[in-house]
Amino acid sequence: MRLSAIGCTALLLLAVAACGGRDQGGATGTATSGGQCQGQQTTGITDTSIKLGGIYPLSGPASAYGDIPKGIKAYFDYVNAEKNGIGGRKVEFVVRDDGYQPPKAVEEARRLVEQEQVFALFQTLGTPSTTATWDYANQRKVPQIFVATGASKWGADTEHPWTIGWQPNYISEARVYAQYLKQERPDATVAVLYQNDDFGEDLFGGFKRAIEGTQIKVVAEQSYEVTDPSVDPQMRNLAQSKADVILNVTTPKFGSQALAADAKNTKWNPLHIVNNVAASITVLKPVGFDNVQGIVSSTYYKDPNDPTWQDDAEMKLYKQKMERYAPGADPNVPYHTFGWAVAASFHKAMETAACPTREGLRDSVRNMKGIAVDMLLPGVTMDTGQGDGFPIESMQLMEFKGERWELFGEVIDTRKEFGPLTS
Amino acid sequence: MAGFLQQLVQGLGAGAVYASLALALVLIYQFTGIVNFAQGELAMFSTYIAWQLTAAGLPFWPALVLTLAVSFAGGMLIERVIIRPVEGAPELTLVIVTVGLFIFVNAAAGWIWTFLIKDFPNPFPAGALEAGGISIGLSTLGVLAVVGVVMGLLYLLFRHTKIGLGMRAVAANPESARLVGIRVGWTLALGWGLASTVGAVSGVLVAPLLFLEPNMMGGVLIYAFAAATLGGFDSPVGAVVGGLIVGVAETLAGAYVGFIGSDLKVGVPLVIILGVLLLRPQGLFGRAVVERA
Amino acid sequence: MSNPTETDAAQERTAAPPTPPRPAEWWRSARRQWAAAAVLAAAACYAPFQLVPFHVFQLTMVLVYAVALLGLNLLVGHAGQISLGHGAFFAVGAYTAAILFDRWALPYPLTLPVAAGAAFLLGLAFGVPAMRLRGLYLALVTLAIAIFLVPLLKRFEELTGGSMGLTLAKPAPPAWSGLAEDQWLYFLTLVVAVAAFLLCVGLLRSRVGRALHAIRDNEGAAEVMGVRLSVHKTLAFAWSAMFAGTAGCLYTWVIGFVSPDSFTVNLSITLLAGLVVGGLGSLSGPVLGGLFVMFVPGIAQDINDAAPGVIFGLLIIAVMYVAPTGLAGLAGRLLRKIPRKE
Repeated sequence: MRLSAIGCTALLLLAVAACGGRDQGGATGTATSGGQCQGQQTTGITDTSIKLGGIYPLSGPASAYGDIPKGIKAYFDYVNAEKNGIGGRKVEFVVRDDGYQPPKAVEEARRLVEQEQVFALFQTLGTPSTTATWDYANQRKVPQIFVATGASKWGADTEHPWTIGWQPNYISEARVYAQYLKQERPDATVAVLYQNDDFGEDLFGGFKRAIEGTQIKVVAEQSYEVTDPSVDPQMRNLAQSKADVILNVTTPKFGSQALAADAKNTKWNPLHIVNNVAASITVLKPVGFDNVQGIVSSTYYKDPNDPTWQDDAEMKLYKQKMERYAPGADPNVPYHTFGWAVAASFHKAMETAACPTREGLRDSVRNMKGIAVDMLLPGVTMDTGQGDGFPIESMQLMEFKGERWELFGEVIDTRKEFGPLTS
Repeated sequence: MAGFLQQLVQGLGAGAVYASLALALVLIYQFTGIVNFAQGELAMFSTYIAWQLTAAGLPFWPALVLTLAVSFAGGMLIERVIIRPVEGAPELTLVIVTVGLFIFVNAAAGWIWTFLIKDFPNPFPAGALEAGGISIGLSTLGVLAVVGVVMGLLYLLFRHTKIGLGMRAVAANPESARLVGIRVGWTLALGWGLASTVGAVSGVLVAPLLFLEPNMMGGVLIYAFAAATLGGFDSPVGAVVGGLIVGVAETLAGAYVGFIGSDLKVGVPLVIILGVLLLRPQGLFGRAVVERA
Repeated sequence: MSNPTETDAAQERTAAPPTPPRPAEWWRSARRQWAAAAVLAAAACYAPFQLVPFHVFQLTMVLVYAVALLGLNLLVGHAGQISLGHGAFFAVGAYTAAILFDRWALPYPLTLPVAAGAAFLLGLAFGVPAMRLRGLYLALVTLAIAIFLVPLLKRFEELTGGSMGLTLAKPAPPAWSGLAEDQWLYFLTLVVAVAAFLLCVGLLRSRVGRALHAIRDNEGAAEVMGVRLSVHKTLAFAWSAMFAGTAGCLYTWVIGFVSPDSFTVNLSITLLAGLVVGGLGSLSGPVLGGLFVMFVPGIAQDINDAAPGVIFGLLIIAVMYVAPTGLAGLAGRLLRKIPRKE
């Protein structure tokens, strides 16, 4: 039992270390808030500062998304240095790594809320990690703002008012493609490749529901696991269906593989629709631009690789400030742009908040009316309200021509086309 | 029928990919007696070096030769620097060190080259051979050919050279090997160097098919393990045959067995490993080990 | 204490020094052991009232991992079999508890025996083929199981909630206890962990433990001496799976959410790495391993924000250099250097 003494020592050491860390957690910020804001939570916010915490996979297989906080940090650094912060408050953004593991996300959320005393959780990435943490955030009444996942439950749920998404949810995106097919190929047969997880099922399920009652038919479906080395076998099985359209519901690497497999198969030439997650130029370029001509996708924010936005004021500002505040990070990586756009959205939400409190932020993001963010496409705005917890629900279709995406048609507001989303 | 044959051909193509990494696993096991979990990641890292060289303007073939040389030196260096300090420790300690190496190399590649996918030049021409309604991609044939050549070279190395003999002696019993005058440390380093080189070949072969990114080899590794187990961990021929069988079985099961479908086909290597180990533990081509109690 | 140096012997044989310094008598005395145990118990009971809830939660997770590692230690450290698939048994326990909660609203204390039993039976089923495999091959088979489990969980969506997983209410502290949720969960976990620890010690001191050690040290000789290899190896696997399943059940209580992504092959590899880093075959190894699994990734990120994996990988390698027999072995060596005061 000598060894239990060792364990004991370890525990004691730990306890001492932990107690040491306890004191620093005690300080709560205070912002002057009178009148209607009286008695609301002001943890993590003062008249000159605001502290946010984000959780992303910086390690492990989903690390590609670890680029998003770099864009966010660059935006906040720029606003802090050149705009005197958000309404005079300098933003501090603490990023923690969960390795895309839900239990780790729970731990990091608690660290941010209880130890770092953040004002709000600003983005948790991925549906599993967000699902694991949203009960906690809502029990503690901590805003969990603009989570980086397009699952439909963030907006449709009524029991978690403190959690809200940002990007168009996957079902809305599926509706956009269904709408497009109804107009262009009303009797199309469709083959679907999808990732076997919440993301793939949400988008594919949304698509199936959106084509109910039409002549469009899903004639073949194949799923893949993120641990699969390649989706070539799935693409081969789909090819046997000779469908008119392939709906490619994948994440970047598998998107490239599927596009390459489609290009290689000269006997089957369907209309290729690739979902927004895998529509980045960085996915298409390795496949070869010659091989992806005419594919269709949809988007809601500006692609830094798209020459259309070459002279766009916001895009120029973004590239300039990225160079200044995130040297070494390539501004052409769309994840950085995504981060910039979501940070700018937070800026707007904070500015329109009636109270500089957690409740104020919650109410602000739940009552957005036509808020424009310069990095979003013209015509795409943030709107929320009673019974609508989805900030962005408009997307625009685009077709790949030459070396870039070309937007076409009008911005499609899925709320108008399909009615509000309820799950 | 043509559809079935086509699936078969595609299965062989996938199998060749698994076989290429399985060869590196077999090689390192032969030299050092350990299973190297980091083998796939080292292959991925080598591929990035090749990519970096071609991106810097070097033509493909010189870049490849340089990459193989760097990988060989790198593999030896890893043995000297990282593995040497725990030499003689329990086997499991070594295995965990390779797990640490796996995590390290994967993260380092992401740090240096980001997690965005890179396009890697394909050494083989595009296009396909067509015969009787079946098409075989030229790159598939190319991969199969290279894997065959590497297999042949390894077979010669294992069976007909002094290095091979010494290597088997070291893996079997380092103490005795040292006593008969074999330079054990040097042999182990050579094993790591050669395995890294074979791994680099594997990475360069599969990168045009799977697209280069830090997690490229993660999915291949389990299939390569299955291939090596099936063929026997001490036989390069077995690794290749095992790889092809795993590739074909997985492809056919995914395409024709409704219940398995494409989501459960990762269970195929499990069934194969389990089946082989229960019926013939040394693998199809392996030799049974007679243990001295 | 029939054989107090048994675990020491296990370490020292692998640690290689031919004549290890004998542990000081000081540490051997029974009274000291009781004192140590009492201090440990007091510290464990006192901690949740002293720490902020976040740290209480972290300690709870350390205990959860420690229970899983206890089981893995039984298999790897004491029976000499390598498993890279214990995440799968962990997941089976977690899912069993979650489904019982979700479907049949079973009171949570009842989910524990069912989850442990399910994992035990599954371990027994896998133990039958596993007993014919050794070392490397068993590792590969278990690795394949861990990989296969993820799509399997997604396939039976009706039951498992598919890729969306299941969200559950956490056990609420009863009013009489006056405890906060975190403290209640901590004590629940602590009680189970202590019970698991005692059960493990009991097992190892019994004939089973001696049989396992005999098998690990020399299979042939053990067989000749009349140890029934197949029975003991299969049982070791099943016991070990049972501990992992128990830990999985605790995990469900504490986290309140299960999804296939929570139990990827990474979990299995992390568990094995945690055990080896903590110390194979020693009783404190699982606790130290639990601490490692819980705290080191965070430390790695503090050191290098850009690529935490680089630091985490290096730390694993570094521990293996400094302490080839794990942190428990290292701590043992350090303790032995304390001069004897008598």
